[in-house]
Amino acid sequence: MTRVQRPLSAVPPWVWGALLALLAAQIGWRSAYPQGSPDAADFPPPPRTGLLRIASLGEPEMAARVAMLYLQSVDFSGDRAIPYQNLDYLRLVGWLAAILELDPRSDYPLFSAARVYAEVPDPARARIAYDFVYRAFLDDPNRRWPWLAHVALLAKHRLGDLGLARRYAAAIQRQATAADVPLWARQMEIFILEDLNELQAAKVMIGGLLASGTIHDPAEARFLAQRLEELEKRGSAKNVK
Amino acid sequence: MPAVILARSILLEARRGGLPWLAAASIVAGVALAAFLSQVAVTESLALQAAILAALLRACAVFLIAAQVASSTLREINDKGLELMLSLPLSRASQYLGRLTGFAGCGVALALVFSLALLPWAPPGAVALWGLSLACEVALVAAAALFFAMTLAQLVPAIAATAGLYLLARSMSAIQAMASGPLADSTLTGRIARFSVDAIALLLPRLDGVTRTEWLLYGAPSAAAWGAAVGALVLYALLLVAAGLFDFHRRDL
Repeated sequence: MTRVQRPLSAVPPWVWGALLALLAAQIGWRSAYPQGSPDAADFPPPPRTGLLRIASLGEPEMAARVAMLYLQSVDFSGDRAIPYQNLDYLRLVGWLAAILELDPRSDYPLFSAARVYAEVPDPARARIAYDFVYRAFLDDPNRRWPWLAHVALLAKHRLGDLGLARRYAAAIQRQATAADVPLWARQMEIFILEDLNELQAAKVMIGGLLASGTIHDPAEARFLAQRLEELEKRGSAKNVK
Repeated sequence: MPAVILARSILLEARRGGLPWLAAASIVAGVALAAFLSQVAVTESLALQAAILAALLRACAVFLIAAQVASSTLREINDKGLELMLSLPLSRASQYLGRLTGFAGCGVALALVFSLALLPWAPPGAVALWGLSLACEVALVAAAALFFAMTLAQLVPAIAATAGLYLLARSMSAIQAMASGPLADSTLTGRIARFSVDAIALLLPRLDGVTRTEWLLYGAPSAAAWGAAVGALVLYALLLVAAGLFDFHRRDL
């Protein structure tokens, strides 16, 4: 891999100048027009799963996760006062459904739907996310019940819709029948009706999931711990008031 | 064994040409990209790393071997080295198979190194099956690239033909699924298009069924499923070897 080269002084000055000037122009151009993260206004309609599958070139697991990172980058700027307020949730859910179809065993789309998009303060948008989680749950209840359980808690505590929360709880109780489903989930309706506040319920749920070994990804464990901390802060702020 | 000597010279050329450095650079780039992307993931960060790294290493292995085979073969043709070799008392089959063995050996070495790089992210059994499958896949690509390089005798067309065959083989199942889906056109034109797609698929290997990332993420496949997928790959590689030998014997050199 070695080759004999002439000294640098053999390069004519105008070639040096052109190289340096064009390099500076390239850096200047890119600095003047930086590539920002896609905005909600640029959010395209969801692709057909078939097209995604062709584009994945036989790597649907990788493509599904990369598509989730792309989706996450849309309107995910941390400095926004109300995140996702501009997102078209019907499009969002279309994307999530296409990605879930690409890799049905990935938890990423449902995790994002339940833990990120469903927690939006806008009730109409939240209901779209809840409904997506519920429909996905029906396809694979024994695997996807944790996301619907979280959505049931959101329906009760954030939306104040006890009827919807009970409907989701009843679905979990009826259809999540695998041996590894914890007792509180198999008695989800009672759990929902218990007089627990959001923090207590979340502690039971997240603590149970962590203890059972269901969550083994460090990023997810970190995210959930952060959420619990936020709930605790919110609870103590309310108590102070 | 003249064919073994030829294979050894191919391996030596790959080593001196910097293939080990390119393999190392692929691993470094893959690990760096996977680590970067996993930083922004809110869940499945380990699965994301494994999926990105596996997909990238698979693509790198295939590209490196295709480029190595095409450039080495065409350099030999252009330098009249092939004509010199053919003047020696050595059968054409030995020459062709010796070269292919050397290139396949490069592919197996790449597959081994890339599999070892995946060990921190996936169980050893799944990695072993993935690596064996990658070795067979890369050997198939080597056979395809050698065939196209010998037949087309030009670098860019040879690499383009190999890449076209490979990419089409990897996406053909998805194209077939779309062509026969519920939204498919039911007119005569639509039916002809579907038939054409199915006919082309018959001439391609099922590359979407091998070296699957899902083996690393969700567990190894059953022995029967793995054997069937990789067996079909080996069969197609042998078909390419036969086609290459057929063409090489007909060459008027």
